Amino acid sequence: MSLESAFGDDPAFVPYLAAGDPSIEASKAYVEALDRGGADVIELGLPFSEPIAEGPTIQAAVVRALQAGMTPPRYLEFVRDLNVETPLVCMTYYNLIYQYRDESDRGGPDAFVHAAADAGVEGFVVPDLPVEEADPMRAACDDAGVDLVSIVAPTTGDDRLERLLAISSGYVYVQARLGVTGAKDDVSGRTAETLARLREYDTTLPKAVGFGIRTGDHAERIVGAGADGVIVGSALVDIVAKGAETEKPTDAVAEQLADLARELKAGALQGRMAVEPERK
Amino acid sequence: MSFKTRRSAGDGKFGEYGGQYVPEVLMPALEELTDAYERYVLSNEDGFMDELRERLRDFGGRPTPLGRADRLSERYDTEVYLKREDLLHGGAHKLNNALGQVLLAKYMGKERIVAETGAGQHGTATAMAAAHLDMPCEVYMGRTDINRQRPNVFRMRLNGAEVNPVTVGRGTLKEAISETMRDWAMTVENTHYVIGSVVGPHPFPSMVREFHAVISREARQQFDEQVGGLPDAVLACAGGGSNTMGTFDAFLDDDSVSLYAVEAGGSGLGVNDETGVAPNSASLSTGTDGVLHGARTKILQDPDGQIVESHSVSAGLDYAGVGPQLAHLVDTGRVSPVNVDDNAALAGFHRLSNTEGVIPALETAHAFGFIEENHEDLGDRVVVNVSGRGDKDLETVIEETASHDIENAPDMDVFERMGGL
Repeated sequence: MSLESAFGDDPAFVPYLAAGDPSIEASKAYVEALDRGGADVIELGLPFSEPIAEGPTIQAAVVRALQAGMTPPRYLEFVRDLNVETPLVCMTYYNLIYQYRDESDRGGPDAFVHAAADAGVEGFVVPDLPVEEADPMRAACDDAGVDLVSIVAPTTGDDRLERLLAISSGYVYVQARLGVTGAKDDVSGRTAETLARLREYDTTLPKAVGFGIRTGDHAERIVGAGADGVIVGSALVDIVAKGAETEKPTDAVAEQLADLARELKAGALQGRMAVEPERK
Repeated sequence: MSFKTRRSAGDGKFGEYGGQYVPEVLMPALEELTDAYERYVLSNEDGFMDELRERLRDFGGRPTPLGRADRLSERYDTEVYLKREDLLHGGAHKLNNALGQVLLAKYMGKERIVAETGAGQHGTATAMAAAHLDMPCEVYMGRTDINRQRPNVFRMRLNGAEVNPVTVGRGTLKEAISETMRDWAMTVENTHYVIGSVVGPHPFPSMVREFHAVISREARQQFDEQVGGLPDAVLACAGGGSNTMGTFDAFLDDDSVSLYAVEAGGSGLGVNDETGVAPNSASLSTGTDGVLHGARTKILQDPDGQIVESHSVSAGLDYAGVGPQLAHLVDTGRVSPVNVDDNAALAGFHRLSNTEGVIPALETAHAFGFIEENHEDLGDRVVVNVSGRGDKDLETVIEETASHDIENAPDMDVFERMGGL
């Protein structure tokens, strides 16, 4: 699968931005800046009005993107127009997928997943779709040949972990801490604990850690604890927010995004070298 | 088909509705809660239900009376009976659920309570229950609702609860629920989320219904003892649907009893495509199948699936979703979804106040708006649940009555005779 292979020998850098934040034009430029900054997979948010898993930073991004007119059909156009080589993962909430109707009036997960796959999306993360409710989405993704990434939380017990790993594809999203998305100033000790538990399972799926990673130093420590990749959202969205007063993309924001991307990627590499010194 | 075949927790599905659409971080807590619900609530383990019944009696004032509304009965030539949940401690039915869930949290060993509130009735009930059972409590409340329900904010503070304003969006119940879910995702290991209605992920819709079912169990028995037999129709207002399900539950298998869920028609039905706002809260009457706050149910949404802002003169009905079991009961035809607009609700408020001596909550007033317009179709004997009292709504009623030109409202010229307001 292409998503899994995006996690190569080096640890992967997986940035998140909300599509359409702060405008469709600027957002396109910023996603492309992350591509240049070395992203291995890009999680591209399709904004939903009730983002219950998001902290204040991404909530604000979602509001800006909705105000800029982002909708599911425009999201598919947006993905089609992007000039990036990096595999794209659609991150959104289930109601938007469930309500989608294509031109032939086919509806639901099947229609949306196929339309998104046609546009170039290679996988999905759906934070409000636990394994209990995931069957229709899983079937649609299998049928369209794209991945459905499961989220593992610090509260996930062993019985649930097994079920999650059984239906996850592409990678596993390891939620580093309790709570919602948001840039914190430390790295949760529970990440290492979750990664250690995951190592006991027979899975080849790469483990990407997100929630609260904002610096190269964080990325280094997370990869040092055994992660195959780092997912960074709010720290990048903070930069986008600084340029949000204008609809036009600004070079300053694009440069800062690419700079932070490079810092995070370098940090992740440092972390890997600490674990595998022979690879120097 | 029997509706009573649902006493086990099951999988939380009501037909196609219900389920558990929440982040993975909360799923283990929902599993733990489902287990606790089955053991303590459904099986009375450790005498949980016995203790709850005692506390509802001694602290809450249960049972609440069922009484005949003499003037309304005469006006409509129909026997009208009022189930007086407004007389429950706190002034609304909400304590049935709040006390049940806070007690359950104690049995589960949780150390902290969070809750959302719209009108503030659930927040005050939870704050009261938490003070009564000595649990720390934080309540999330939208900024719009804080402004229009000030007395309830003071009551929560008086009972020792923290009130956290929610400023995103329009600042009503929808945003408050989202924000409480976010708190819970952070604190889930030591905190219980006391959800205020029959909404949200399984087991909340079943569990909250079970705590409120005492309303209809009492009413059914009281009606039989006082009047004989069964009523022809049972009415309850419906926002999220907690008093509705509580009022209907014991009557679900009585085929001769018509059940009417009265929603807020606001200032008009449907969704305004230009503003993207629904000037109503009529999810059962006009909503469509979707997923909101952890459950699949009928919701107010735009064609893309974005949740739209709802509206009602009554803060407690102002919500874009409704309990999944009610959505199912509407689809199967067991419950009739009806609605009345803000004007009819305000007129209903004044009618009950000045003819029966009962000042109802604006939520409840919708049911009295409906009976005024439809009493000829309701049969000979009608029970209406007075879900709450209206003291909290007086400021709103004074303002809205003036702007809506309600003909049966009292003249407030006493202030002018005193020399102005």
